[in-house]
Amino acid sequence: MKKMLLFLTAILPMLILSGCNMVVFEPQGPVARSITELINWSLIWMLLVVVVVFGLFGYIVWKYREKPENKDYEPPEEHGSTLLEIIWTGIPILIVIALTIPTVKTLYALEEAPKGYEEKEPITIHVTSADWKWIFSYPEEGIETVNYVNIPEDRPVLFKMTSASTMQSFWVPALGGQKYTMPKMETKLYLVADNPGSYEGQNTNFNGRGYADMKFEVLAQTQEDFDQWVEDVKDTAPKLTEKEYVGLLKPTHLGRLTYSNTHLEWVNHADPDSKAYTNPELYRGHGYQGKTFEEDDNYKNEKPNVIEGHGEDKGHDDSEENHGGDHHGH
Amino acid sequence: MGIKWDEFFITGDPLILGSQIAILLTMVGAVAGITYLKKWKYLWTEWLTTVDHKKIGIMYIISAVLMFFRGGMDGLLMKAQTSRPEMEFLNSQHYNEIFTTHGVIMILFMAMPFLIGLMNVVIPLQIGARDVAFPQLNALSFWLFFSGAMLFNISFVIGGSPDAGWTSYFPLAGKEFSPGIGNNFYAVALQIAGIGTLMTGINFIVTILKMRTKGMTLMKMPMFTWTTFVTSILIVAAFPIFTVALALMTFDRLYGTHFFTVSGGGMDMLWANLFWLWGHPEVYIVALPAFGIFSEVIATFSRKSLFGYKSMVFSILGIALLSMVVWVHHFYTMGSGPAVNSFFSITTMAIAIPTGVKMFNWLFTMRKGRIKITSAMLWALAFVPCFVIGGVTGVMLAMGAADYQYHNTLFLVAHFHYVLIPGVVFAVFAGLYYWWPKMFGFMLNEKIGKWHFWLFVIGFNVTFMPMFFLGLNGAVRRAYTYSAESGFAPLFMLSAIGSIVLAAGFAVFCYNIYWSIRYADRNISSDPWDARTLEWSTASPVQFYNFAKLPEVKSLDPFWHMKKKNEGLTLHDSEIEEIHMPSNSWVPIYMGVIFGIAGFFLVFEWHIAAAVAGIGIFAGLIIRSFDYNEGFHVSKEEIHRIENAWRKTEGEVHDHVS
Repeated sequence: MKKMLLFLTAILPMLILSGCNMVVFEPQGPVARSITELINWSLIWMLLVVVVVFGLFGYIVWKYREKPENKDYEPPEEHGSTLLEIIWTGIPILIVIALTIPTVKTLYALEEAPKGYEEKEPITIHVTSADWKWIFSYPEEGIETVNYVNIPEDRPVLFKMTSASTMQSFWVPALGGQKYTMPKMETKLYLVADNPGSYEGQNTNFNGRGYADMKFEVLAQTQEDFDQWVEDVKDTAPKLTEKEYVGLLKPTHLGRLTYSNTHLEWVNHADPDSKAYTNPELYRGHGYQGKTFEEDDNYKNEKPNVIEGHGEDKGHDDSEENHGGDHHGH
Repeated sequence: MGIKWDEFFITGDPLILGSQIAILLTMVGAVAGITYLKKWKYLWTEWLTTVDHKKIGIMYIISAVLMFFRGGMDGLLMKAQTSRPEMEFLNSQHYNEIFTTHGVIMILFMAMPFLIGLMNVVIPLQIGARDVAFPQLNALSFWLFFSGAMLFNISFVIGGSPDAGWTSYFPLAGKEFSPGIGNNFYAVALQIAGIGTLMTGINFIVTILKMRTKGMTLMKMPMFTWTTFVTSILIVAAFPIFTVALALMTFDRLYGTHFFTVSGGGMDMLWANLFWLWGHPEVYIVALPAFGIFSEVIATFSRKSLFGYKSMVFSILGIALLSMVVWVHHFYTMGSGPAVNSFFSITTMAIAIPTGVKMFNWLFTMRKGRIKITSAMLWALAFVPCFVIGGVTGVMLAMGAADYQYHNTLFLVAHFHYVLIPGVVFAVFAGLYYWWPKMFGFMLNEKIGKWHFWLFVIGFNVTFMPMFFLGLNGAVRRAYTYSAESGFAPLFMLSAIGSIVLAAGFAVFCYNIYWSIRYADRNISSDPWDARTLEWSTASPVQFYNFAKLPEVKSLDPFWHMKKKNEGLTLHDSEIEEIHMPSNSWVPIYMGVIFGIAGFFLVFEWHIAAAVAGIGIFAGLIIRSFDYNEGFHVSKEEIHRIENAWRKTEGEVHDHVS
């Protein structure tokens, strides 16, 4: 028993030490910072609860444990105490109120561009998540990237998010919280990066075999570098064709890709009537497969299924090729 | 049908091949063993066709222990896979199947039946009844649960396991993104088990409302009875939602409807809402009975009545009510807007208030007591600090805006394990050590029990504490691997080590059962803990009719006061009357089997075969409706003989039958 206790005391400092560099506690922008402040506020109160309950628990169990000396002690009949019960109902109510107010404030604040950035023109980026990649479209700049997104520093970025397949969640912990991306729906998320830097983003909502690797890089650049990058992309990157795009949407892992136009020209997956590009046969795990429906799954969309006419399946699988642009390596 | 046998059975994975061989050998061994010992008849008449609530309870518990083993193995495999970065032990597909089945099995086929098993054994005894309200329905509930559990379990050797997570969010769980039959197993097996659970809920509501013994008003019911009652109401409120959701899922997957799919105008968030509208109360369906168990154990071993009984009752009702209006906190990140998220943040945080009241009431039950630290009490004690950690992290998660950073990370996973393991698993262990002598007439070994306790609790903390920190550092749930650069490796390794200690604790528990069956002292009194409630006033193990004379209740903790005043403990010959008991029936097990067969065909989308088996289900219903067997009467002589046998050994407290 003693050995185990020793073991436990040995690992505790390790836990605390490892707690020193956690991404949630190192916010790199005002959105993440406001959430971190809320978390810290809650930590103080929760720590208070923990200390009180643990202290009371240790004291009571130690003091009233059965000992050889108190074998004959017969505890009193006791049914409760209105005063005590009012106290321990009242205090938690106050704590909940103390937590509610900043929570609600933050919830509302997160829907807008962060304070101090209202004046700055936000840049809009459309996020389309697919299995198992991230597609970023810059409608104003007319460019599109896959699995990486460059943003200007110190300027609000409005992500308009949707999914081309399953439900996913867009999360860049260093810059702010997450939101779901859902097919035929649009969610919005504001992020701001304080300084130039590279941050990791990922999907947190499980979506099948390729889920673990569904990551992307957010590269915050100075406004000049960003503008330069946009120019470069426009000059050098190829055009994305609809046919090629349908290939992109298949359940694959891709490297980084860059294009000098956006797929929003022909489809916006946030539109409730948009076409669904599904490839059931590519999602198969092992085992007996049952039957898959054969009918076309178009909904209010008369266009023939593009997938059928698309012969070069292999073209994009595991392709690591880059089409121009500035790519920040890990 | 055009399937190949190597597709029907899962092949090509050595782990699964090993399991297939082990399953085959176990089945052959069991059949051979029962035949050799000539126990088929005994098994059939005493167990498989029984309608006795205590035996049904024991069968629930045995199934739950087996499922605990299965779910635990899943957990260990996951921990092995994530113990090192870029580990190549399980591939992504296999890992996905394992965490899906781990979640489903632990919640629905381990926690639920474990608690329902204890309820079955204890509740009629605690309220001074001879059985539940509908004994045959109770047996049917068990067999449907068992059938569903087995159907779900075979998925990993036949056809393929579900792999969309225990929440099976659409559109992922739909046919477009999960074309295999794995999720058919999810839809059908959970439906069958869920029907059984729903009937259990109805049965216990009626039992508790209508079958309490003389003098037991609602406010004199023991706390475990209260929590079971409220849980049953929650079951009846929540499970129909799941039934409907699963039915819609079945239509989507089997018949091409589009309730939840991407194409055809389906609404994926509808599934999420329906799932959690059931799923969140479900958390309290498993947690509330556990709170009841702790209340009994803490009161008994502190030798005091429960502190603040009334506020305990009101807090359970408050928790139950609130649990139905917090489901959106599972997807604050859906983008539903600040007003909605604020509402659900507040209702969710509000649950902390009644829970806090309970916590302090337990602490003050112990204050001024004489705390006897038995194995059962150790579990109740460890529950307090561990559950507080789960509770405060729960409040942190409840804060909608903060949840944007915790959602779907290991912080969340750590939180709910810190709630569910102390809140459910510790409770069923406490309950098992506490009520074991009542069920079997001997105790579990206390010394081995303490090894079980320490290994399990230390292992649990070492496994799940690091996951809080991993989550805050950006590690997401359900990812089968991570890179070395992420810096997650040391904490994942620590967590894996913890899981081995945890598993060792469970192994010691199994050894304790084995040791106690073989060597424990059979000569114990009917009230070994000096307990307070009615179940301890009758024999251990309990005679099949529970009470020769139904006790009369005048206060809370009735048995304690009977002992203090030394009244109502004796039984006079003149008080013995014939007792009416229900007869055994083969219909429940038949229904379980035929539901299982129909479900199996449905899973494989063999609709004609399923329809034929469906006729068998209707046949069972019709047979039951023509069943005029009204049970049997136990003769005075037999009661006299049975009562005399156990009361003789009782010494001072119980006089002999006079």
